[in-house]
Amino acid sequence: MDKSFFKQHISQQFNEELEDIIKRVMEMGGLVEQQLADAVNAMVEGDTEQAETVITTDYRINALEVEIDEQCTHILARRQPTASDLRLVIAVIKTITDLERMGDEAERIGRMGLHLLEADRQTAPMSDLAEMGEHVRHMTRGALDAFARMDTEQAVRVAQQDIQIDSLYESVTHKLMKQMTAAPDAVPRLMDIVWATRSLERIGDRARNICEYVVYFVKGKNVRHTSYEQMAAEATGDRR
Amino acid sequence: MSDTRTHAVNLPQEQAPRDLNIDREDICLTAEDLKLYYGDDQALKGIDIRIPKNRITAFIGPSGCGKSTFLRCFNRMNDLIDVARIEGTIRLDGEDIYGANVDVPELRRRVGMVFQKPNPFPKSIYENVAYGLRLQGVKNRRRLDDVVEKSLRRAALWDEVKDRLHENAFGLSGGQQQRLVIARAIAIDPEVLLLDEPCSALDPLATLKIEELMIELKKDYTLVIVTHNMQQAARVSDYTAFMYMGELIEYADTDTLFTSPANKQTEDYITGRFG
Repeated sequence: MDKSFFKQHISQQFNEELEDIIKRVMEMGGLVEQQLADAVNAMVEGDTEQAETVITTDYRINALEVEIDEQCTHILARRQPTASDLRLVIAVIKTITDLERMGDEAERIGRMGLHLLEADRQTAPMSDLAEMGEHVRHMTRGALDAFARMDTEQAVRVAQQDIQIDSLYESVTHKLMKQMTAAPDAVPRLMDIVWATRSLERIGDRARNICEYVVYFVKGKNVRHTSYEQMAAEATGDRR
Repeated sequence: MSDTRTHAVNLPQEQAPRDLNIDREDICLTAEDLKLYYGDDQALKGIDIRIPKNRITAFIGPSGCGKSTFLRCFNRMNDLIDVARIEGTIRLDGEDIYGANVDVPELRRRVGMVFQKPNPFPKSIYENVAYGLRLQGVKNRRRLDDVVEKSLRRAALWDEVKDRLHENAFGLSGGQQQRLVIARAIAIDPEVLLLDEPCSALDPLATLKIEELMIELKKDYTLVIVTHNMQQAARVSDYTAFMYMGELIEYADTDTLFTSPANKQTEDYITGRFG
């Protein structure tokens, strides 16, 4: 699907409305990506000021979700979109729900960062956490990029990055378990890192969801709850 | 973490929402390589279609695409146009309706038609509905009363007119007149109802009443509707055919056609693109 496809309506106003929701999804996605990077950095570096900023910035993501949601409602009510236009609006509604949850996870990581003691930071596998954070941020950016470009092949490639994130998650939690076994008194504090790792893993899942919505709105195929192979087959196949 | 999403969701057929498939339908009407010419101009360019029984099939497309012309082929209304010439076959329950021995008035009894503008006769409400039966020679008052009441009830008009059956039909509102015309059409027990933009002269509430009526009527009849109102096609029909310049571009179950059309021309038309 060509990006200019959403500029070809007889109604110029409708073109602008659809372009505007896409633009705002990108704005929201950019903010989520920044929040994610800042939250992980605040935790890894012990930067409490940055963690505070992450926590107080989350409202902007929530506000964008509500605004885009309302725009989509107006489009549904006034334009009664069909076919790819309808699928785009549905994909946007679903994407912003996931982005808002990703923002919540970033905020949660920020809050965990506030509680972490320097001593735990020295012993916990923070470099692994930083690496995982970078992968998740990269995946989020890739998912949004696939959305903006309406590129289903990129969506499939990005979705598969979730495998690596899941494997990093297993590795980090394994290390944390060993650390907790060795020093049981550190368990309550280390649990914060476990939860932060879990949040990153969940963000990866949600980035994968966004990739699935890209396939849905470009190809009209619902690839949720399918294997990567099936997703790839639908993403590269002809419509219907 | 292992990937927990490797199991495809396979809903059993009976649970799938609105799982319509033309191959599993009883077919009522078919057109095979149907061509229609107005003099030298070809209005229909070889259309093949199967229209299922007890379903609502909608024809959509821009003005002049041939959808009304096509609809009129199903009860040979185009016979009334001198310059119209038809090639190809149309079958009703397997029987060629353009065959040599076809009784055209009987065909039109079996395939009724409702037009854009309500066209009641300048008679009473009762006489409008009884008209077809009287033409058939029915004189028994009780039989006429029964059919008039039953037809008006089926057309969802009875409660509104039962106390003024002998008043002139022109006193009814546009929406009521259109339901009266439908009652008149079903009084002679047709198999198919052809509706040519039946709501385009009606307000939104009267339109919704007709749409409700259509959904009710499909239990007993096969309905084919031509409409310019795509939302109407999306709301009421089971199958939708998109026509363009005398050709059938795409024919699919309505859910598929309006969410994921296969053809770019269909997509451009239903989404309001330049095309």
